[in-house]
Amino acid sequence: MSIQVRNIHKQFGSFTALDDISLDFPTGELVALLGPSGCGKTTLLRIIAGLEQADSGQVLLEGEDASGTHVRERQVGFVFQHYALFRHMTVFDNVAFGMRMKPRSQRPSEKQIRDKVHELLNLVQLDWLADRFPSQLSGGQRQRIALARALAVEPRVLLLDEPFGALDAKVRKELRRWLRKLHDELHITSIFVTHDQEEALEVADRVVLMDHGHVEQIGTPEEVYRHPATPFVYGFLGSVNFFHGRVEGETVRVGEDVLPHEPHDLDHGAEVVAFARPHELEIVTDPAATEGLAAKISRVLSFGVTARVELDGVNGSTGRHFEVELTRERAETLQLSEGQLVRLVPSRLRVFDKKGTAA
Amino acid sequence: MSTTTFRVLPGFRLTLGYTLAYLSLLVLIPLAAVFLKTTTLGFEQFWSVVTSPRVVASYKLSFGASLLAASINAVFGLMLAWALVRYSFPGKKLIDALVDLPFALPTAVAGIALTALYAKNGWLGQYLDPLGIQVAFKPLGVLVALVFIGLPFVVRTVQPILEDLDTELEEAAASLGAHRWQTFRHVVLPILFPALLTGFALAFARAVGEYGSVIFIAGNLPMVSEITPLMIITKLEQYDYAGATAIATVMLVFSFILLLIINGLQAWTAKRTGRDR
Amino acid sequence: MAGATTMNPGSAGSRGLTRFEAKAATRESPLVKWTILGVSLSFFAIFLLMPLIAVFVEALRKGWETYLTALTDPDALSAVKLTLLAAVIAVPLNLVFGVSAAWAIAKFEFRGKHFLITLIDLPFSVSPVIAGLIYVLVFGAQGWLGPWLAEHDLKVIFAVPGIVLATVFVTFPFVARELIPLMEAQGREEEEAAVVLGAHGFQVFWHVTLPNIKWGLLYGVILTNARAMGEFGAVSVVSGHIRGHTNTLPLHVEILYNEYQFAAAFAVASLLALLALVTLVIKSWVEHRAAQAYKVTEDAS
Repeated sequence: MSIQVRNIHKQFGSFTALDDISLDFPTGELVALLGPSGCGKTTLLRIIAGLEQADSGQVLLEGEDASGTHVRERQVGFVFQHYALFRHMTVFDNVAFGMRMKPRSQRPSEKQIRDKVHELLNLVQLDWLADRFPSQLSGGQRQRIALARALAVEPRVLLLDEPFGALDAKVRKELRRWLRKLHDELHITSIFVTHDQEEALEVADRVVLMDHGHVEQIGTPEEVYRHPATPFVYGFLGSVNFFHGRVEGETVRVGEDVLPHEPHDLDHGAEVVAFARPHELEIVTDPAATEGLAAKISRVLSFGVTARVELDGVNGSTGRHFEVELTRERAETLQLSEGQLVRLVPSRLRVFDKKGTAA
Repeated sequence: MSTTTFRVLPGFRLTLGYTLAYLSLLVLIPLAAVFLKTTTLGFEQFWSVVTSPRVVASYKLSFGASLLAASINAVFGLMLAWALVRYSFPGKKLIDALVDLPFALPTAVAGIALTALYAKNGWLGQYLDPLGIQVAFKPLGVLVALVFIGLPFVVRTVQPILEDLDTELEEAAASLGAHRWQTFRHVVLPILFPALLTGFALAFARAVGEYGSVIFIAGNLPMVSEITPLMIITKLEQYDYAGATAIATVMLVFSFILLLIINGLQAWTAKRTGRDR
Repeated sequence: MAGATTMNPGSAGSRGLTRFEAKAATRESPLVKWTILGVSLSFFAIFLLMPLIAVFVEALRKGWETYLTALTDPDALSAVKLTLLAAVIAVPLNLVFGVSAAWAIAKFEFRGKHFLITLIDLPFSVSPVIAGLIYVLVFGAQGWLGPWLAEHDLKVIFAVPGIVLATVFVTFPFVARELIPLMEAQGREEEEAAVVLGAHGFQVFWHVTLPNIKWGLLYGVILTNARAMGEFGAVSVVSGHIRGHTNTLPLHVEILYNEYQFAAAFAVASLLALLALVTLVIKSWVEHRAAQAYKVTEDAS
């Protein structure tokens, strides 16, 4: 089922949680709502579920306005951040709950319920835990039971609030892969909220980046990572070096140094912020070079496949820190040493004017 | 996060409506009757009732004995709570359970039992009398009864805070060179203090209004050992409703002020210890 | 004001040394320890234990026969009946109120919530004597509704309804006070999950909330019941002390005592003291169970 969100606005007192949000979630996709805490992503998820009501705007489920539909009738599956398993019920009873709450006329027989519960528990590979209580389960198991419970009512959409937030790193990775696999089997329209960029990029078909109640960018993981639309996205996804400077013809002047920049339509003299990922910076050791930003190597870390070089700015960028990633071979060829003065030349530079508009 | 107009969970109007109706009918409206009845007295009449010498003597006894009893309970209640939390000794669980006895034991029963103990020929009275200490039928008896009913308030407010106390705090103090007493005085006591004060205030509030356990042991001599609640009963028995109400008003105003103070203290405890209520 | 009566799960002491005794930095010297233990336990023995023992000793002073006679006296039996009646009415009323108030307060946000909690606490801070007085002012012969009641031949004050009202008032906040913090601590997620899964109004409460609060609820009921059966001051004001009609057990104790029938007074009192002990036993058991349930939830979160 498709979900559309139209001009949603939500205010908590004087705090604007969501500011005129409009989004389309196509049928069958797994979408991540990604952003820092307080960006409004959980509020949006709860509004889609019907657990919260927007001050204005619409939620369309399958093209129909759901604003007047109670959460009970929306047929959404919701997985709560802390799972909200009923602690006094066994795993079996938790999963069966939704079916047992149906009016007598629609309620499946106990046998049907039993079969369905076991089917779901098999799906999440935890059938052997049916008689346990939530307190006897590990975090990852609880997470999967919560999912099975949500699926038991055959929801048209699945909404997950920080599904891996409360788990430790190893379990989190496993469950991520597992959720992706499950989604590929079920193809149910799903939205999950996360503040973890790696999680969003790895699991989702499409990522919605949010900040301060606004949507910053929507796209496939590759699109948003490779072509960040705003400085916020640049800074939020992966590590990045940024430079404050001014446009001078085909270059960006940062202090006394100049960085080369491909053609653009920014005015001469415009104040800009320029971004480059660590692997998009080249280290030039030639003392005679004039192009690039002067910096001093503070540390060289070369224990992995790639080497990482940490540098401190000098001249106009004193006090700033930069990070460069390069192959180990390249690092060895350059013979970098701590304290050495070098220049940083970006192979690719993204420039935004101070208002955040891309050039 | 929640809104004022939209509620996912059911039953808000029903339960809040019922709560307010029940509260108003049984508590608020009857209490308002006290204040309305008082207004039928002129101010001068009201003043002469509530400042008549016998009534003033009862204030002195009620408030004085209650303050003293609450202070005694603060000291010994803290010690008892400390012993229950920090030490292991045989019968600890039994004693822990029995601390609540004054909550559970009907006040009239406590009253006659204390009287029997402290009468001249009673278990304790027979030893105190030769020393010239008379408890039963004297103001001292009032104090004893008020100590009895107030003890659990202090123990039960201090105990949970003591339980939650992180041993690392005291270990840190010790590693910084503090002696045991210094640690208690500068680290433990400041954390306990709001709770201790709350317990004190609760015991005090309860003591001021207490009736059942006191009247048997007090002797109820006018100007000497009459407590304020008894003055209300006395006026009622003389069908002096306005007079009874006037004294009740004074007590109520006092209770409300105390209630506000206690609420503030509990908020302070919560803030100081990060504990709810 | 019920701060001191609030259930405290997790306080169940463990066997052996306490964690404070096991560590060098939180241990006092033996002298200090034994002084504190000695003083506090003596205080406990003199002020709490001795009165309790005195009740039973005095009750049996004149032998079992006098004891049993006192308890089987028709006036004593009718006092038992009235005491039970008052409790049987007051406890369910305040139970329903407590659950309803706790639901509204713990599961929703609204303005004036803290003020409402303070108002619910109010009966705790009012002297029992005043609790009786307020109903006299409303329902008494000279009260607001007095003339109307007299016209319709209804009696509230100096009759059973007055005793029930006074009992309801003094036990008013117990259940609510127990449930509000408990339900606030449990949050709304489980209830919201139930609603998302299709549960309707009462189903949510019955299947999800109630199982989680049952120990707190029971605890509140026990406290309510103990106070309801033992209340003296408030009931004394509205009762009129009509033997065989408006006497509850505590009032019966008073009458016997004032008539110098000490053994009989203590015999009836011992019945109430037994009730208190039973209350404490159940209360400890509930605390123990709640501590277990609490531990399970702690592990779960």
